[in-house]
Amino acid sequence: MTAARFSPMQRLLHWLMAACILAMLFIGVGMVSTLSTRYLTLVSIHKPLGIAILLLALLRLGLRLRRGAPPLPAELPEPMRLAAHLSHVVLYGLMVAMPLLGWAMLSAEGYPVVLWEGMRLPPILPQSLETYALLRQAHGLLGYAFFAVILAHLGAALFHALVRRDGVFEAMAPVAGRVED
Amino acid sequence: MAQPSRPSRFPLGSFVVIAAVLGGGAAAFAYTAGWLSPERLSRERVLAALSPPGGPAPGHRRNHTKGLCFTGSFEANGAGAALSRAPVLAAGRYPVIGRFNLASAVLAQPDGQARVRGLSLSIAGPDGSEWRTAMITAPVFPVSNVEAFYALQMAAKSKEPGAMGAFAAAHPEIAAFGRWAGSAPWTGSYAEERYNALNAFLFTDAEGHDHAVRWSVRPEARPVPVPHEQLAAKPPDFLDGEIKARIAAGPVRWTVTVTEAGPEDPVADPSKAWPEGRRTIEVGTLTAEAVQEEQDGPCRDINYDPTVLPPGMRTSADPFPAARSSAYALSYQRRAAEAAAYPHSAPGGRP
Ligand code: HEM
Ligand code: HEM
Ligand code: HEM
Repeated sequence: MTAARFSPMQRLLHWLMAACILAMLFIGVGMVSTLSTRYLTLVSIHKPLGIAILLLALLRLGLRLRRGAPPLPAELPEPMRLAAHLSHVVLYGLMVAMPLLGWAMLSAEGYPVVLWEGMRLPPILPQSLETYALLRQAHGLLGYAFFAVILAHLGAALFHALVRRDGVFEAMAPVAGRVED
Repeated sequence: MAQPSRPSRFPLGSFVVIAAVLGGGAAAFAYTAGWLSPERLSRERVLAALSPPGGPAPGHRRNHTKGLCFTGSFEANGAGAALSRAPVLAAGRYPVIGRFNLASAVLAQPDGQARVRGLSLSIAGPDGSEWRTAMITAPVFPVSNVEAFYALQMAAKSKEPGAMGAFAAAHPEIAAFGRWAGSAPWTGSYAEERYNALNAFLFTDAEGHDHAVRWSVRPEARPVPVPHEQLAAKPPDFLDGEIKARIAAGPVRWTVTVTEAGPEDPVADPSKAWPEGRRTIEVGTLTAEAVQEEQDGPCRDINYDPTVLPPGMRTSADPFPAARSSAYALSYQRRAAEAAAYPHSAPGGRP
């Protein structure tokens, strides 16, 4: 069954990024809900971790284009196949778009993009209040959409693992599990 | 056990596990976002508390709403290097975008009625970093923490007769502010005021030592006391007219000073002044050289978030800068979303 699994590097990136992205979503909604000193602590994690996700996502996409993915089980119904492909495209899109939106919206605000003391990213857009307004709204709305898609993805993964037991979960599982064939 | 009514292999347990995982995840998310705890003091509630009776003016700041932009420079003399390695304190001349403002959330606030005035600065350092600060004329802040700030807004807008009295009884720290408000002379010019950052920050010097500091700008112009009744009788925008005329006649200056806390001084409470005689360093001169209407001016779209600091400066145990950063971000988000309600008056009016 070795050919039917993602490469170790792909699996490592998937799980590392799953942890980071979930953390980012919780940090994001947690920070905008507070006025306490936690606000600055969370913001100071949110920005560098978000940029790290951008870099990892680009690396991961490159790997995906080179290495490809194991085929889905032949008996998987066509609608589920389509849903899997579309949701993966959306997930890849969001893990690139969210950090870019964060960076771009701060640029449009004319707000220094400081990752940590002494580490400042250049603006990627000129200052514009109208552009900022659009990007800020997009960063918020897509953040919630991201969480919804991840929940659906998690549900589907568990469905494969617990109900269908068709090897799809094992293809991405961190360690080789039992595959019933 | 035989269950003839249902396909025997229906994996009910698996579906329960899946539902529990998804439901738990969604609940944890909602909890983190504060959706399950509306009693939590959120920035939405603080902005609602600041909102004047008719609602906020669309497209404008949610506090310190009325203001005027200016441009100028900060000329550092290099003495600040004793406290901080911030490049903007190294000797040199750095551009400033500033804003004169009134401490009120009412856009139509008459200038003669605002007891507290503000001055906001964005100073561009030589390395591309920025030092932003929003200061006020009061020498102490009325309250010691964010919860009290919220309670103060609620008491001030309350129609209950004894609301402010009850607030003052529960928050005796407001007395120092009250004494200043009742006794300090009023002036007829933004140029004659001293502005204080009030919040404490940490400066780190070249050796890596931290210094807890507060900073102020002190006017070069001699303050001329004017009875309040006289100011109240002036046109509602007299401060704007005065500063425009003054700067048209020549640059207006302040000395920027940084005061270091003594070992026992309260760092986390801006309602407590530090004793006189603390080590105070003059770090440079602020010069206002030109005034612009806010609508077309460069300060309009700046968020004077006090946590935008150059390397060598950072926040301290003072809880206010974090709360301000969060509240200013929402204020900025809202006024940006309403940008169409406060458009530039001249195409290309803004640099
Ligand atoms: C934060 C969250 C997550 C993100 C952004 C994410 C993203 C992705 C993406 C983009 C793929 C497609 C891989 C490809 O075709 O190149 C994928 C596959 C997969 N993910 Fe996730 N994932 C997340 C969390 C999870 C979780 C929590 C689980 C399981 C409990 C999971 C299980 C799987 C499985 C089993 C696959 C393989 C699907 C297949 O073979 O096509 N993922 N994930
Ligand atoms: C995977 C990447 C990211 C995710 C999942 C994410 C998620 C979020 C979420 C869920 C929010 C709360 C939105 C709301 O309720 O309105 C948020 C806010 C924010 N994010 Fe991100 N973000 C990411 C990357 C970034 C990056 C790279 C930056 C900047 C460099 C950034 C800057 C911000 C800022 C400034 C806010 C608003 C803070 C405020 O309003 O006080 N984000 N983010
Ligand atoms: C928790 C306490 C505070 C809250 C919730 C608060 C709230 C606000 C808000 C919402 C704005 C409008 C921001 C914008 O849209 O750009 C503002 C502006 C301002 N605040 Fe505060 N503030 C607080 C404490 C302070 C303190 C301690 C000072 C001074 C020492 C101060 C001085 C100013 C000044 C000068 C402005 C005008 C900034 C500008 O010109 O854009 N504030 N405040």
